[in-house]
Amino acid sequence: MQPQPSAAAPVAILALDAVTKEFPGVRALSEVSLSLYPGQVTALIGENGAGKSTVVKVLTGIYQPDGGRILVDGRPVRFANAQAAAAQGITAIHQETVLFDELTVAENIFLGHAPRGRFGLIDTAAMIARSRDILTGIEAEIDPTTRLRDLSIASKHLVAIARALSVDARVVIMDEPTAALSHKEIHELYALVDKLKAQGKAILFISHKFDEIFRIADRYAVFRDGQFVGEGAMSDVTQGALVQMMVGRSVDQIFPARRHNPGKEVLKVVGYDHPTEFADINFSLRRGEILGFYGLIGAGRSEVMQALYGITKPSKGAVRIDGDVRIIRSPADAVAHGIVYVPEDRGRQGAITALPIYQNVTLPSLGRTSRHGFLRLAQEFALAREYTARLDLRAASLETAVGNLSGGNQQKVVIAKWLATQPRVIILDEPTKGIDIGSKAAVHEFMAELAAEGLAVIMVSSEIPEVLGMSDRVIVMREGRIVDELQGAALTPETLVRRAAGIGDME
Amino acid sequence: MIRRYLQSREAILSAAILVLIAVIALRFPAFITPANLANVFNDTSPLMILAIGQMIVILTKCIDLSVAANLALTGMVVSLLNIAAPDLPLAVTLLVAVSLGAVLGMFNGILVWKLNIPPIVVTLGTMTIYRGIIFLISKGKWVNAHEMSAPFKALPRHVFLGFPVLSWIALAVILIAIVVMTRTTLGRAFYAVGGNPHAAVYTGLNVGRTQFWAFTISGALAGLTGYLWVSRYAVAYVDIAGGFELDVVAACVIGGISIAGGVGTVGGAVLGALFLGVIKNALPVINISPFWQLAISGAAILIAVVLNSRANRTRGRIILKQTEPVA
Repeated sequence: MQPQPSAAAPVAILALDAVTKEFPGVRALSEVSLSLYPGQVTALIGENGAGKSTVVKVLTGIYQPDGGRILVDGRPVRFANAQAAAAQGITAIHQETVLFDELTVAENIFLGHAPRGRFGLIDTAAMIARSRDILTGIEAEIDPTTRLRDLSIASKHLVAIARALSVDARVVIMDEPTAALSHKEIHELYALVDKLKAQGKAILFISHKFDEIFRIADRYAVFRDGQFVGEGAMSDVTQGALVQMMVGRSVDQIFPARRHNPGKEVLKVVGYDHPTEFADINFSLRRGEILGFYGLIGAGRSEVMQALYGITKPSKGAVRIDGDVRIIRSPADAVAHGIVYVPEDRGRQGAITALPIYQNVTLPSLGRTSRHGFLRLAQEFALAREYTARLDLRAASLETAVGNLSGGNQQKVVIAKWLATQPRVIILDEPTKGIDIGSKAAVHEFMAELAAEGLAVIMVSSEIPEVLGMSDRVIVMREGRIVDELQGAALTPETLVRRAAGIGDME
Repeated sequence: MIRRYLQSREAILSAAILVLIAVIALRFPAFITPANLANVFNDTSPLMILAIGQMIVILTKCIDLSVAANLALTGMVVSLLNIAAPDLPLAVTLLVAVSLGAVLGMFNGILVWKLNIPPIVVTLGTMTIYRGIIFLISKGKWVNAHEMSAPFKALPRHVFLGFPVLSWIALAVILIAIVVMTRTTLGRAFYAVGGNPHAAVYTGLNVGRTQFWAFTISGALAGLTGYLWVSRYAVAYVDIAGGFELDVVAACVIGGISIAGGVGTVGGAVLGALFLGVIKNALPVINISPFWQLAISGAAILIAVVLNSRANRTRGRIILKQTEPVA
């Protein structure tokens, strides 16, 4: 049993005290507190959007808090930048490892703080020797002179951990470290975490997976919507209580009222398989319906949508549209069959910023606004005018380059572009990710309108309130498979979290 | 509308060319006679035609270094054809030149599209291959003026409505290119694919195929220029237009075509070519050494790049409400 960190407890190595962080339109953290004790693993738990990543960035000096204090060994400090936090022995291992493929393992571990020899040159021998020590210390059988590109993803992860340990770390932050690991490697990671604990390091462990939290954490802290909800010892809490803390919320988001009366089936996906990304995907979609896809990051939801849209190729399975089998080999095929996909990464995959608004809007509809390959500008402008007006896009001129618009307006251009194709099925991947609450409400309003007009909507979302508030039906995916389909009374936050995390399956 | 035009890159470049001509006129007034200016235009025609093809390729985030080699190979093929069949109608010769150029361009395009090889590597390779083929088919020998038939040589110089046919062809290419780039779905695709390839894929455009067509057009224009070049200079050999691909790329860069893709106009490419053409034609007459010519061309390229990168610099994230553009 770990001692309770109460009055007589050791001083936290690193603590946040009533820290607030604001972004324009969003309060990412609202007076949150968090304490990390030596030799203990603290699990940080919360849904997407709870503020976990922001906390990591505040702790590592990437963000500076707008209010509250950061305490190191009980003394208030300010981290002007990431170097300042690193100097205090705070290191983070990120979800996507930030390493260099073309450098050797040792060079990766010591990049930026390599041991120096004569004339200030890098002492390669010392660097390799110390790398070997660190790697042996974490029981990683990796030769420090191999190139990083030749390692598996799991081994790269170990290198990232070794890098974190190469500076004299006192606090190790692990942000979903097991997301990319196989079963065996996860157990090796647990052993490593135990070892770090024994060395007296404070560990902050961020994870969505309840089994691993209960396996390795000593304490927990729960965040919800940027607020601190509670903390305590793992031994005093049950899975059910944690789920309750994560999702139990005051109803501060109002969703548009919707009439649930879906019409005829428009889309049916039968036995979709992909060699590596998903298997056995079956679902159907009806007119006027909003079908939610919920799951943890990496559950394969976007991958299914990309296959459906012709970006990747499924190895097996069929798509029926209005009962007819359709082959979708490319996004152009999908658009021709009335399926459109508004991707998650709208910056990269959405608008063409150098082109004017009207050209962006009409780009997928050029077949209708041209004849024999020649554009008919009057029709183009009419189409662009119609759909930008529908989205209430305010711009001085349709000839304004999209790059000159604000983010919210750029998003409207992207949505207008897809609506202008007059689709039957629209797939929205994380439609409200990273936008402020006001814009979120507008997007929700708009989705409800689309469904009311008879469009079939697929909404991939990781935000439980949105999934609950908008969907007629929810498909839950886990590890590339559909694990459940929920609607009506069965659709509760607890079931969503449990099914997505696989709680109840393994006990 | 007028204000926007005055701020455009084309307007700035036009002004720069006018200033350049004015400065030259101070030292050498005869330079600005209409006859001489028409001559400069005619002289710059091959560069303008090639720059338009190159512009389309650059718009799609590619580059075509094989244009000059393509030109030389097509020029050699039509010259040999002319020796073999002197009575072949010129229309057929032109058709052969354009088609062969297009095929050579398609070869670049296929390699970029289907094998995903970086365009700079592909065209560096084909550049050498095409020059090598010229050597093989000509056995290293020149085709000289006396071997070419009179009509073959006369076409580009033939004066029609006061201007040589060469100038008319350039003008026609410019006009057709403007229509293609602003009024066709293909032209729109070139801009979209270069401006944001990821978004273009999601929009249903085939990025590789669009790039293939860009290389095909560039090749066809290089083929056309191949015939015009050998007939105008009345000679064909392995090394004609050696290094000319760099002038073509330079004209595009000066004309404000972004090497990053997605930004550029036919007008820009034409003006960029004319700017270089004026320098090339004017500096010798005002007694500036060829070395200075190179330095001035080089400086013009650097200034153009700096101006373009400043104009294209992305604005920071807009956080303050009142600074949000109303547009």
